[in-house]
Amino acid sequence: MADERGRRPTGSGQPAAIALRGVRKHFGAVQAVRDIDLDVAPGEIVAFLGPNGAGKTSTIDIILGLSQPSGGSVEVFGMQPRQAIARGLVSAVMQTGGLLRDLTVRETAEYTASLFVQATPVDEALTRAGITAIADRRVGKCSGGEQQRLRFAMALLSDPELLILDEPTTGMDVEGRRSFWGSIRHDAARGRTVLFATHYLEEADAYADRIILLRHGQIVADGTSGEVKAMAAGRTVRATMASPDQARLSAIPGADSVEVRGDTLLIHSSDSDAVARYLLTNTPARDLEINTRGLEDAFIALTSDDSDTPAGGSR
Amino acid sequence: MTAQSLPAPAELTREAPGLGGFNLTVLKLEVRRLLRNRRTVIFSVLAPSVLFLAFGLNKAYASQSAGLGSHGNVSAFIMISMALYGAVLATTSGGAMVSIERAAGWSRQLRLTPLSPTAYITIKILTAMILGAASVIVVYAVGRLTGKPSMPGYLWIVTALCVWVGSLVFAAFGLFMGYLLPTENVMQILGFGLMLLSFAGGLFIPLSQFPHILQDLAQWTPLYGLNQLVHAPLLGVGVHMAWVLNAVAWLLIFAGGAVWRFRKDTARV
Repeated sequence: MADERGRRPTGSGQPAAIALRGVRKHFGAVQAVRDIDLDVAPGEIVAFLGPNGAGKTSTIDIILGLSQPSGGSVEVFGMQPRQAIARGLVSAVMQTGGLLRDLTVRETAEYTASLFVQATPVDEALTRAGITAIADRRVGKCSGGEQQRLRFAMALLSDPELLILDEPTTGMDVEGRRSFWGSIRHDAARGRTVLFATHYLEEADAYADRIILLRHGQIVADGTSGEVKAMAAGRTVRATMASPDQARLSAIPGADSVEVRGDTLLIHSSDSDAVARYLLTNTPARDLEINTRGLEDAFIALTSDDSDTPAGGSR
Repeated sequence: MTAQSLPAPAELTREAPGLGGFNLTVLKLEVRRLLRNRRTVIFSVLAPSVLFLAFGLNKAYASQSAGLGSHGNVSAFIMISMALYGAVLATTSGGAMVSIERAAGWSRQLRLTPLSPTAYITIKILTAMILGAASVIVVYAVGRLTGKPSMPGYLWIVTALCVWVGSLVFAAFGLFMGYLLPTENVMQILGFGLMLLSFAGGLFIPLSQFPHILQDLAQWTPLYGLNQLVHAPLLGVGVHMAWVLNAVAWLLIFAGGAVWRFRKDTARV
């Protein structure tokens, strides 16, 4: 069990775990993925964070070879996705489905294990996923959380170099979610590359080394949790001012956006000090308040529909 | 997508399985699943035997020859018909399981494993044929136990094999329907359809008792050729080219349809 393979990036000739170049995917007129470039190094734990329809699942399907991109190239460990899967290098925990109700938990794992050249012993995978106690239960009789753990066990069977999880905790209660992530984190400590999609901010924040924020099928932010927060961070300066001139206020150095509500003025800025100084010295603004945006706001700021970009497709 | 492959480090040089991932563990589990499905077992294995007991044991049938120049009695003739009916139901059910697997997302899940589509289809066909064999064996065993069907020993084996091999046409039919019909209740529709085809093929009532126009139409239906072929050894009649053509043509239609839907399916997901 204590298999410390130390697969952190070596910087040598090792191919990227995932390499996407100009990947696009459209379903009819709907652009689900627009020109995504992405490199994930071996050993990274990456979160795809974004609202529904941001293109998370579409991108994951392309990485897994479940769907063909409309354009661009995909490589997983320097191979075509299908080749990497056939070698047991990649596995995935999908959101729903993918189980046969009439097999037992153990049979499902045996079935899956038999397909790989090298497979982790079934009992070991069941133990790591925490479902040894229900091994003989029919899948149809398992709860949603138990089924999700079974999917996780199945994904562990090939001892993959890359594990992909598509919103793995959807529909789980708080306790189930916490214990599921506990298992994943415990497993990832062994050096596996992990990519997971989520729309829960806390999950991305708590479990990923790197957060990739998707919106309308594009990467809008990519960095550590701290970096992503900083990108969208900044503060809101609120002031009272008679008949504010929005155009002129937008020109204030450091003002990212200006909102006028009657006599009330809201200026979002990454340099609130500069904005406040300007307002107090060059305008009749009064009653200044400065507020910090939370993580939640950062997420909304980066992913909300504040532009005329057409909605991305969700699938 | 480009297909450039960089030199992979040692831990990435794993192998893909041979035979596209086909193995006996999977086959064993698939057969177990099929046997676990009570409805499938009742309809395709037990029902044909019950039908034989109901219609094949008429006192007159045991003493009546199945036809001029025939090697056995009417009871044996009916036993073969019922074995064919059972085998066809069994192989269709086996093939149609892909419908349930697609609905459950299992086919998609399997695409995250080394199992190749061809290996998957092979497993489905073999599973269907194993259930088909079970159905034939049970009908013949019941026939043997009643002591009524009479034909030379070698004909028990020859006719049983003909029925079993012939039911391959319907494994293809089941696959085709399994890919075509996206419903979990696919067998309820197919069960009824197969009943109609069995009447049209002459499995339940001799076609000679139908009006002429129906007889002419019946000759084009998928069970007609098979039904004639599997009874030919018992009746001691020559094989008509039309029967072979009927069976082969339907096999090609069903297999072609299955391949077409299957390709569409793998491209779509």
